[in-house]
Amino acid sequence: MGAQKKGATRVSEDPDELARVPLQAILLADSFTTKFRPITLDRPKVLLPLVNVPMINYTLAWLESAGVEEVIVFCCAHSKQVINYLENSEWFSHPNFSVTTIESHNSISAGDALRLIYERNVIQGDFVLISGDTVSNMSLTQVLKEHKERKKKDSNAIMTMIIKRSKSSPIIQQSRLGTDELFMAIDPNTKQLLYYEDKADYSKGAICLDKLLLIDNPSISLHNDKQDCYIDICSLEVLSLFTDNFDYQHLRRHFVKGLLVDDIMGYKVFTHEIHSNYAARIDNFRSYDSISKDIIQRWTYPFVPDVKFFGNSATKLERQGMYRASDIVQSRSAEIGSFTVIGNGTRIGNNTKISNSVVGGGCTIGSNVSIEGSYIWDNVNIEDGCKLMHSIVCDGVVIKSGAVLEPGVVLSFKVIIGQQFVVPSYSKVSLFQQPTKQDSDEELEYADNSSGIVENSSMADTVDKSNGQLTSELLDEECGPTYELGPGGVGYIWSICEGSHEEEWRHSIAPIPADKLAEAMQNTDDDLELLTQDGSVLPPSGELKPDSNYSDDNEDPRDDSIYFEKEVEATFLRAVHENIKEDHVILEVNSLRLSYNKLFTDCAGAIFYSLMKLALEIPHSSPSELCNSTMDVITKWKKLLKSYLTDIDEQIEVIQKFEEICLESAKEFSPLFSKILFHLYDKDLIQEDAILKWDDEKKNADEADKVFVKQSEKFIQWLREAPEEDDGEEDEEE
Amino acid sequence: MVDVQGLVNELVSKLRRRKVEGSSATARLTAELLRSVISQSKLPTTNQPAALIDAVRDVGEKLIAANPIELAVGNIVRRVLHIIREEDHSNARDAVEGFRLSVGGDNDYIVEQDHLNLSAAAQSSLCRPSLHALLERSPDSETTYFTATSEDDSEEKSKSLDQNAKSLKFRRKVISAVNDLIEDINTCHLMIAELAVKHIHHNKVILTFGRSRTVKEFLCAAKEKKRSFGVFVAEGAPKYQGHLLAKELAARGLQTTVITDSAVFAMISRVNMVIVGVHAVMANGGVIGPVGLNMVALAARKHAVPFVVVTGTHKLCPLYPNNPGVPLNEMRSPSEVLSFEQFSDCMDYRIGTGAPQLLVVNPAFDYVPPELVSLFITDIGGYCPSYMYRLIADYYSSDDVVIQQKPAS
Repeated sequence: MGAQKKGATRVSEDPDELARVPLQAILLADSFTTKFRPITLDRPKVLLPLVNVPMINYTLAWLESAGVEEVIVFCCAHSKQVINYLENSEWFSHPNFSVTTIESHNSISAGDALRLIYERNVIQGDFVLISGDTVSNMSLTQVLKEHKERKKKDSNAIMTMIIKRSKSSPIIQQSRLGTDELFMAIDPNTKQLLYYEDKADYSKGAICLDKLLLIDNPSISLHNDKQDCYIDICSLEVLSLFTDNFDYQHLRRHFVKGLLVDDIMGYKVFTHEIHSNYAARIDNFRSYDSISKDIIQRWTYPFVPDVKFFGNSATKLERQGMYRASDIVQSRSAEIGSFTVIGNGTRIGNNTKISNSVVGGGCTIGSNVSIEGSYIWDNVNIEDGCKLMHSIVCDGVVIKSGAVLEPGVVLSFKVIIGQQFVVPSYSKVSLFQQPTKQDSDEELEYADNSSGIVENSSMADTVDKSNGQLTSELLDEECGPTYELGPGGVGYIWSICEGSHEEEWRHSIAPIPADKLAEAMQNTDDDLELLTQDGSVLPPSGELKPDSNYSDDNEDPRDDSIYFEKEVEATFLRAVHENIKEDHVILEVNSLRLSYNKLFTDCAGAIFYSLMKLALEIPHSSPSELCNSTMDVITKWKKLLKSYLTDIDEQIEVIQKFEEICLESAKEFSPLFSKILFHLYDKDLIQEDAILKWDDEKKNADEADKVFVKQSEKFIQWLREAPEEDDGEEDEEE
Repeated sequence: MVDVQGLVNELVSKLRRRKVEGSSATARLTAELLRSVISQSKLPTTNQPAALIDAVRDVGEKLIAANPIELAVGNIVRRVLHIIREEDHSNARDAVEGFRLSVGGDNDYIVEQDHLNLSAAAQSSLCRPSLHALLERSPDSETTYFTATSEDDSEEKSKSLDQNAKSLKFRRKVISAVNDLIEDINTCHLMIAELAVKHIHHNKVILTFGRSRTVKEFLCAAKEKKRSFGVFVAEGAPKYQGHLLAKELAARGLQTTVITDSAVFAMISRVNMVIVGVHAVMANGGVIGPVGLNMVALAARKHAVPFVVVTGTHKLCPLYPNNPGVPLNEMRSPSEVLSFEQFSDCMDYRIGTGAPQLLVVNPAFDYVPPELVSLFITDIGGYCPSYMYRLIADYYSSDDVVIQQKPAS
C-alpha cells in the first residue's frame, strides 16, 4: 500500500507543479523555405508523411509526452489544410493537452510569425519554440529547470538552445542531416553561446572570432561537431525582441546572431546539450532520409512505427527491422529486405524486391519491381518491371511499366511517368510548371499557392480526359514547352537552377555519387595539406585557454622582423628598378612599418641593409671598387636614408646594423668599415654624436666586438680631437 | 462523476507512449481502471453479468492493444472477468438454492425467469469448479453463502425480489473482489517475502540479476530474520538496473557484490541459489524476463544451482509463449546501448548504397524455458513450473484466454 501511495503522490505532484505555470509551446507549422518544392506546392511540409505518419504528429506527440500543456500551432502556408488535419485528428480532444491554431496569410518568416503571436498575447511565460518538422524524444524537465534557474539569477538569459553532438563529415563539410557545418563558441562553464556561424566560408578554411570574446571570457570552447536541434526554450522577452526589431526574420541568422553580435541590452543565449536522447529537424530531403532511417532504427523510441503513439495503424516489427502493417497482400516470391516499412492495404506482386524503403498505405506494386532506399507515400501505383532508386514518390503517382527512377528523383503529387521512361537523377517532377523567377531561400511557400490552385484545376481537367497521348498533346498545346515524361506521362520536369546545380547532390536523398565523394575527398586532402603547412589545423572541438591565446598573438618577434626586412628590401629594390620617386618609397616603407608595428629605428636598419645589399650586388673586382660603388649607392639614396636618420638612436642602429652586416652577411665590407662610416659622416647621414656614443657603448664590450671600433679608431680620435676644427671648417665653408 | 471513457483513453495513451511500464504498475492501474468501469457502467436490468463482461472485455481489448508487451494488463483483465464469472456463478447457486427454498412456497414467476437465465450461466461455470476454490474457499464460503441466502430469502419474502437492490449487490460483490485483487497486487511482494526464511539459509550465496522489487523485499526479509548471506548482483546491461539494486541492498545492510553480466558464468560455481524477478510467467512455466536472463538460467543449470523465480500472481499469463498473439520481445532505443554522438559518423546514410553501416539491436526481454526454472515462489506459495497450468485454471476462466474474440452467444 505504501508503495502505491508513494506512486500516487508522485504522479499528482507533477501536474500540480506544472499547473501553476502551464507550459506552453509555439509550433511553427511552416518552414518558411522552399527546400521541399515542388511537393510543398500541394501540401504543407508538416503534413508530409515521415515513415507513414504526418510529421507534425511526431512533434505534437513529443510535446505532449514532455509535459507541454498548451500548444499554439502557427499555420501559414496551406493553413486550411493544417487546421483541417488537426481538427480531424485526436489532438484536439486530448485531455490535459490543448492545441490551438493561429492562422496567418501574410507572414513570410519566423520573425513575422512570432510578432503576430506576440500581438495576440497568448503566451504567458516561458515557452518552447519548435517548428513542426522536428523529431525528438528528449525530456524537457532538466533543461526547463536550468533555464528557470538561470533566468532567476540573470534576467538577461532569455533563451536556451538545445544542441546535440553529431560529427559532421570532414569530407563535405556537412552534417549527416544535409545542413552546413555549424561553428559555435560556447563558454564551457556557463554554457553561454558566444558565437554562431552556420554559413562559414570554407574557401578560407578559417573562421573569425571577435577579439573581444577572448578578452571577456576566460575560456572558450569552439565546436564544429554540434548539431542545432532547433528546439529552443524561450522567455517572453524573445517575442518582444522580435517586435522591437522588425527586421528580424530568420530565427538563427537574424535573431541569434543579432543577439550575439549587436549585444542588444546584454541579452544572452545559452545552450543545453543532450546526450542519450534524440532530436533533429527535417530541413531538406537529405535530413528527411536520415531521420526516416533513424526512426526505423528506433533511435526515436517510443516514436517508432510499431508503437501507436498517435492514431496510426497497427504495425508489427519483424526480424531485421522490417515493419509490416496487419493487412498486406504480398506475393510469396516478393522479397522484402531489412529496414523497410510497408503500410496498410498495400499489395506487392511477384518477384518484387524492396529494401531500405518506406511504402505507404494503399499502394499497388506490380511484379518484378525493384525499390531501393525510396520513400513511397500513399496510394501509389507502380506497374510491372519498374526500378526505383533513392527517390521520393508522393501520393497518387502512377509509374507505368518499365519506368526507371534514378537516384535523387522527387515525384510530386499525382504525376504520371510513362512507359519505359527513365527519369534522370536529381530531377523534380510536378504537375505545376516551375515558377519562372527563382525565389530566394526566404521566400514563402504560400506565395505560389494561389496560382498553383488555378493551375491544378486546369491540370486536373486534362488528367481527367487523360488518355495517354491525348493528354500529353493537350499539355503541349496548352502549356507551351513541356517535358515529355514518356508515353502517357503527365507532369513537368523542373529544371535545376544553375546556382544550385552543383549543390543538388548535397541535399538529395540519394547517397553521394562516388565521383563527387572522390572529388570532395581530394579537396579536403589539399585543404588539410594547406592547413598543416600553416600548422593551424583546428581540432574538431577544443577549448582555447588564455595562455594559448597569448602565444598565438605574440608570435616570435624575430620571425616578424625578418619578414619586415624582406618586405622593405623588396620595396626598395622595386624602387631601384622601376625608378620610383623617393617620396613614394618613404610612404610605402612607412605603411609597412605601421602594418608590422615597427619603430623608425627598424626602418632605418632595414633600409640601410637593403642599400648595402644593393651595393654588394653591383659587380666588383676589388675592395676599393666595392667601396666606390657603395658610396655611389649611398649618395644616390641619401635622401631616403636621411629621412629615417633624424634621431641619434636611429643613427646608432644603422652603425650597429652595419657591424652586423660586416660580421655576418657580407664579410666583404669588413675592411671598408671605417671608410664607409666616414663617408656616411661626410654625407651628414650620421652625426658625430652618434659615432661617439657608439664608441662609448662599445667600450665595455668584448674584444671580439671591438674589431670595428678599433678599425675606425683613428677616425673617432680625429672626431674627438677636432670638433672646433670641424666647426671652423664649416665656418670657412660658409 | 468521473468520465470513464476519459480514464480509459488516458491509460491507453499512457500505455501507448510507454509512460507506464513494469508489470506491477500496469497491473495496478489496469485493475483500478476496471474497478471504475465496473462501478460506473450502465447495466441493463436483465442479464447483468454478461453485460458487465462485455464492458470489461471492450476496455480490456483496447488496453491490451495499446501495449501488447505488458502482459500484466491482459492478465488483470482476465482476472477481473473471472471474478465477474465467479460472482455470477455464486449468485446462480444462491438463486438455485433460493429457488429450491421458494419452490415449496408461492410460485413467483420472476424467480422462475431468473432461474432460467442463471442456470445457463451457472452450468457453464459450474462445470469447471476450480481446484483452489474447492480446496480452500468452499468450507467458509458455503457458510457465508448460506447466511447470505437466508438474508436473501427474507428479503425475497418481504420485498418480492427487488431487481435494483440485487444488481447493486452483485456489483458490490464484484467490486470488493476487485479491491481484493488490487490489494493482492500491492502486497504480493510482502506475501512473497514472508516465505524468504524458508528458502534462504545461513552463509548462502545468492545471485540475482537486474532489479526487481520483489527480489529486494525477499532478500531484505531474510536479512531481517537475522540470516547472514552474501548477494551477487549482475548489473543487467544495458539499463544497469543492477547497480540500483546493489545500492539499495547495501543500504539495508546486506553484503552485496556487483558483477558484470558476462561474469555470471565465472561466479556461478560459488553461488548456492539464483533468485530473480521476471516480467511474466507463461502458461507452460516458462518466463519472460530482462534480457540476459536465459544466460543466467543456463549457467545455473550447468552448475546445478537452483534457479528460483519470485513472482506475484498478477504476472501469471494464461497464454503459451508460442501463441502468435504474444509478442515475446520489444526492441528498445539503441541509445541505451551506445551513444548516438560517438557513432553518428557510422549512421551516415550518404555513402555507398544508402544503407546504414552500423546497426544496433536492443531487445528488452529474454525467454527462459520451463525446464531451466527450478521453483516459482508466489504470494500463494512455492510451485514448480509444471504446476503453472493448474494455477492458471484457478485464476482464469478458459473463456477469457482469448480476449479479442467475442463469446458465441
